[in-house]
Amino acid sequence: MTFYEEMLNKLRKAIYANQGQIDAVIAIRNYIDNHYDTDLNLDLLSETHSISKYHLLRLFKRYYGLTPRQYLTDKRIAHAKKHLATGMSVTETCFAVGFESLGSFSALFKTKTGKTPAQYRKEQLSRSTPIPKS
Amino acid sequence: MKLTGISIPVVDQEKALQFYTKKLGFIKKHDTPMDSGDRWLTVVSPEWQDGPQILLEPAPLHFEPSKVFQDKLRESGIPWTQFDVDSVQDEYDRLVKLGVEFSVKPTEMGTVKFAVFNDTVGNNIQLVEHL
Repeated sequence: MTFYEEMLNKLRKAIYANQGQIDAVIAIRNYIDNHYDTDLNLDLLSETHSISKYHLLRLFKRYYGLTPRQYLTDKRIAHAKKHLATGMSVTETCFAVGFESLGSFSALFKTKTGKTPAQYRKEQLSRSTPIPKS
Repeated sequence: MKLTGISIPVVDQEKALQFYTKKLGFIKKHDTPMDSGDRWLTVVSPEWQDGPQILLEPAPLHFEPSKVFQDKLRESGIPWTQFDVDSVQDEYDRLVKLGVEFSVKPTEMGTVKFAVFNDTVGNNIQLVEHL
């Protein structure tokens, strides 16, 4: 066994000992992956997984290093990029990935990617259809 | 400041380029001749070509401590770096068919699944999937 494998085994015992908790957070993450386009919130996650809100928040953060809200936002932005690259309009994209307001979608998109959704869409589309040389 | 790349020390740049493009599937981005046969050689992900670049740098050939560090990491089984994949098992199956050697087979641990392979130019590289 290599030194690395020994380290991993130690780690497994130290931080991944509670399989019940791990199964719970994995189920919550899968739920977010499959429902990112709906009106998701902590109350709903808490009810559907029969776990208190604060416990859920703590566990998720502990195992994934992000809050469920941060994880959801990243997921939505990743899907938004795909939609925009295929030519979907900014407004359609906003609602297709579960945001409720165009303002907050655009602002978050800009923070996460450095570009507004409109700029990103334009860049992606111009890339896939090269301008003919004159 | 923007994070645009990472470097991986390699003992043979041409061999590294072949492995990282032909086996792993990265795409060559920059290839600029430098002094005495060395190259400024970078590769990127095919699905994220304007994303971070991997610099395949010949440090172990020219700087002894780099070689010592690389050798010790490799012998200890410690990955130099890691790449995210959608499915560790699928990548494992694909790479094993291409003759890539794994020191850690796909293993689940808590909320991650990972595997570790030898990049043939001095490093262990880890593949990670978040569960």
